[in-house]
Amino acid sequence: MDKKGQLLSISQVALILNVSEKTVRRHIQSGKLISKKIGGVHRINKSDLDHFLNPEKSFSLNDLKAEIDNSFPRENQEPDGPLVDKWSTHKSKIKLVNPANKRLIDIIVVGSGLAGGAASASLAELGYNVKTFCFQDSPRRAHSIAAQGGINAAKNYQGDGDSVYRLFYDTIKGGDYRSRESNVHRLAEVSANIIDQCVAQGVPFAREYGGLLDNRSFGGVLVSRTFYAKGQTGQQLLLGAYSAMSRQIGKGKIKMYSRHEMLDLVIVDGKARGIIARNLVTGEIQKHSAHAVVLGSGGYGNVFFLSTNAMGSNVTAAWKAHLKGAYMANPCFTQIHPTCIPVSGDHQSKLTLMSESLRNDGRIWVPKNMEDVLAIREGKLKPTEISAENRDYYLERRYPSFGNLVPRDVASRAAKERCDAGYGVNKTGEAVYLDFASAIERYGNEKAQVLNLDNLSKEEILSLGRKVIENKYGNLFQMYYKIVDDDPYFTPMQIYPAVHYTMGGLWVDYNLMSSIPGCYVAGEANFSDHGANRLGASALMQGLADGYFVLPYTIGDYLADDIRTGPISTETKEFDDALEDVKSKISKLMKIQGERSVDYFHRKLGKVMWNNVGMARNAEGLNTAITEIQKIRTEFYSNVRIPGESNELNPELEKALRVADFLELGELMAIDALNRSESCGGHFREESQTDEGEALRDDENFTYVAAWEYSGNPSKPKLNKENLEYKNIKLVQRSYK
Amino acid sequence: MNLTLKIWRQKNPNEKGKIVSYPVKDIDGDMSFLEMMDVLNVELIEKGENPVAFDHDCREGICGMCSMYINGEAHGPDRGVTTCQLHMRKFKDGDTIYIEPWRAKAFPIIKDLMVDRSAFDRVMNAGGFVSVNTSGNTIDANATPIPKEDADKAFEAATCIGCGACVASCKNASAMLFVSAKVSQLALLPQGKVEAKERVIKMVNTMDEEGFGNCTNTGACEVECPKGISLENIARMNREYLKAMILK
Ligand SMILES: Cc1cc2nc3c(=O)[nH]c(=O)nc-3n(C[C@H](O)[C@H](O)[C@H](O)COP(=O)(O)OP(=O)(O)OC[C@H]3O[C@@H](n4cnc5c(N)ncnc54)[C@H](O)[C@@H]3O)c2cc1C
Ligand code: SF4
Ligand code: FES
Repeated sequence: MDKKGQLLSISQVALILNVSEKTVRRHIQSGKLISKKIGGVHRINKSDLDHFLNPEKSFSLNDLKAEIDNSFPRENQEPDGPLVDKWSTHKSKIKLVNPANKRLIDIIVVGSGLAGGAASASLAELGYNVKTFCFQDSPRRAHSIAAQGGINAAKNYQGDGDSVYRLFYDTIKGGDYRSRESNVHRLAEVSANIIDQCVAQGVPFAREYGGLLDNRSFGGVLVSRTFYAKGQTGQQLLLGAYSAMSRQIGKGKIKMYSRHEMLDLVIVDGKARGIIARNLVTGEIQKHSAHAVVLGSGGYGNVFFLSTNAMGSNVTAAWKAHLKGAYMANPCFTQIHPTCIPVSGDHQSKLTLMSESLRNDGRIWVPKNMEDVLAIREGKLKPTEISAENRDYYLERRYPSFGNLVPRDVASRAAKERCDAGYGVNKTGEAVYLDFASAIERYGNEKAQVLNLDNLSKEEILSLGRKVIENKYGNLFQMYYKIVDDDPYFTPMQIYPAVHYTMGGLWVDYNLMSSIPGCYVAGEANFSDHGANRLGASALMQGLADGYFVLPYTIGDYLADDIRTGPISTETKEFDDALEDVKSKISKLMKIQGERSVDYFHRKLGKVMWNNVGMARNAEGLNTAITEIQKIRTEFYSNVRIPGESNELNPELEKALRVADFLELGELMAIDALNRSESCGGHFREESQTDEGEALRDDENFTYVAAWEYSGNPSKPKLNKENLEYKNIKLVQRSYK
Repeated sequence: MNLTLKIWRQKNPNEKGKIVSYPVKDIDGDMSFLEMMDVLNVELIEKGENPVAFDHDCREGICGMCSMYINGEAHGPDRGVTTCQLHMRKFKDGDTIYIEPWRAKAFPIIKDLMVDRSAFDRVMNAGGFVSVNTSGNTIDANATPIPKEDADKAFEAATCIGCGACVASCKNASAMLFVSAKVSQLALLPQGKVEAKERVIKMVNTMDEEGFGNCTNTGACEVECPKGISLENIARMNREYLKAMILK
């Protein structure tokens, strides 16, 4: 065995360190020294011991490269044949489970968002016994509820040349050529069905006067394919999925566990066979078994502390699967959304998105002249007083063909560029304008013409225009007004980029199975369809596609072998060990009783992430992030204070368990970003840019999915590379000029 | 600004609760109400006391988790907002603010300001859906045009976030506004009409079984509803219910 892989016992480590075995155990308990349990006893990796002795040594890519072995250890299960036929051929070939046998099979779904909710409802309708978990008090409150702008589908109702191929192409290009062709094509194929399905459920999408469905356009695209329900599309889609779930709960086919949190995945004979969950009301730690486990637990944007995600959104379910062997793919691919309400002060607990749909009608600008910027900041000048020629509509200037509708990564970087150059328009210098004045005037004139009103004053025309805008975006404008106390009908909104979505996630094959047999991953929790940048209105599409149309087929192929297995017992060593692990982790955290609240550490981690693993990244910053995060982690395990008891409702304990996982994930994100020395999509490495400051990809070296494997030490992950093959699309540098 | 908070503290469903007074200092008008609560909680934790438990998640007025009864009003003094969207600029230096949980027989208190609203889920399980399978073999979405006016009205009703403020502000703790919003949404759409009768009967019966009170048309629910769900929905549900009972 080589030196790196050498495993040491506690007594050996005690000898090396010249301390007692008890002290070694204490170091293990506190998390400072990493150990694995093998056959019930602690084993310490030599490299972890080195790390314990010398934690300051910064991360070395060379160490990592030495561990890369070239063959990807998993099949991606992509079917053969031409791209357009892959999904239909696959569906006709995969194994089916007959209805009588489905009754013998249990499936656990973690998550009740679009992905988990849709999967739960569909699987229950098919006849499986489903147990669904969410940490909110009702499945209807999953974070998908907050999605605003819309959902894409290749319906071509507008007759503007849309097609399955175009949606497929736009999504691959939008993702900067870092996603799998076969998955994305399937997504485009099933997209149209989603709309049919949702309408049948009673989802009240926006309609035109003729009674047909209306569309709007989103960034990075030249057609109108986005279906919407005002600024509450996610709410309406989720309530559709929730109602489908309610029907199955009423029938007893879904057993719903609200206010429950998954804290571990249980593996039996190499297969995912259950989870350990905590009842958040009573604190009881429970064992739940099933023949397969589906994770639809959402994204991990909250690793940045401030993001547009709901407060409870977390990585725990996915991270626990990762620790048990599921690969984490492209974790550094995060989306920074260009149009969010800027940070207002240190008290801020979350950020609020202003939907991308606003860029249909809003124009983004900053003043051209520094005097104006300064006057605005001092409150001596109002944005409405600056004349058109003194404004810099920088997106229209830099990207004449897409203008304000460039993809998110491009728009965010452009805002940062202007603000870094000193043109930010608020006190912190981190805000640009999103201005509706032109749209209000245009709509006002159109409306006046339609109504045959000739002699209107300018004010009357504008007021007609405001009505049109209110109809389209009323709730968003109200939300802005309530938060900022400034009326966007009369003055431009101030916006700035914020963390919004995570393209990275657990690695899955074409069937949405992770690298652990029987553990499936759907929605934002997987890495599958958006490459290095997600286009607007495509996460809702993916979540529902995964849940309604993909998983119900592909999971059957796996479960067909399980019809004779019988119920999975929870009275086994595997379940007991997992239960004990969770309990001991909780009691370890409760015992620390340090001086700082959980939020203190979360905010600290968020700052490091935003400054070094945010919109622009470089090797030095990433190395700093890695050491800083390790330090925060050590401090967390020695100085966090969790009040109350573990056997009662305890929100601080819930947060602590989530932050503990973010503290490991954050490091992996930095390592992944450091490894990927190219720029692509939302991942911008300052070392790799064109002369004009655009992201410069390195296809020769990085056309792969980085699938990280847990090694027992969060600082030493193993890199597996799944090469991406483009057979139908030619790789070119993205241009939105 | 400096404030005095009078907060309902209750360790668990079985123990008695009481109002406890907490001073908070240096509160900024730009903070949201929940951010002000965060400030208090961090202070309590660092002093070694138990923080105040309250429900929240999205913090942008859409998930329906947050639920505080502030100075005698569900979601506080501002109109058309949830607790998480309420900002401290609505208060002034020296104010005393009373903060209590939703109070209704059908919403038992879990801890401090958190209540159990699962009764709403059970009403939904009884009939708050259209019985179609998610098979993907449905007809084309544009095959049935829906008049814009109906679609818009259905949408308005569908924006209910299930927060329960209507129940909390009703002296009878009636759930009529919540239930009628769902009944209306589906009754207004051709897809939902088919089982409209069965739906309204099942949902109303479950609502009664869950211990929600009767509606005496005081209209308090509409005033406090953060989403502006209209009383018209209750009238529509009453019509639907009568129709269903007559044709039964
Ligand atoms: C403000 C905002 C606006 C958006 N707007 C759009 C848009 O217009 N169009 C678009 O396409 N996309 C949009 N998105 C993105 C999109 O909403 C999300 O990517 C998508 O809804 C994620 O769905 P999901 O089902 O994967 O996860 P989620 O909806 O996040 O659901 C996660 C579920 O998992 C549960 N869960 C998590 N961890 C655990 C655990 N350990 N134990 C038990 N349960 C757990 C949660 O309770 C929840 O039920 C928006 C996102 C935000 C934040
Ligand atoms: S009707 Fe209004 S108050 Fe009642 S649950 Fe719905 S949104 Fe809340
Ligand atoms: S926290 Fe979601 S509505 Fe207030």
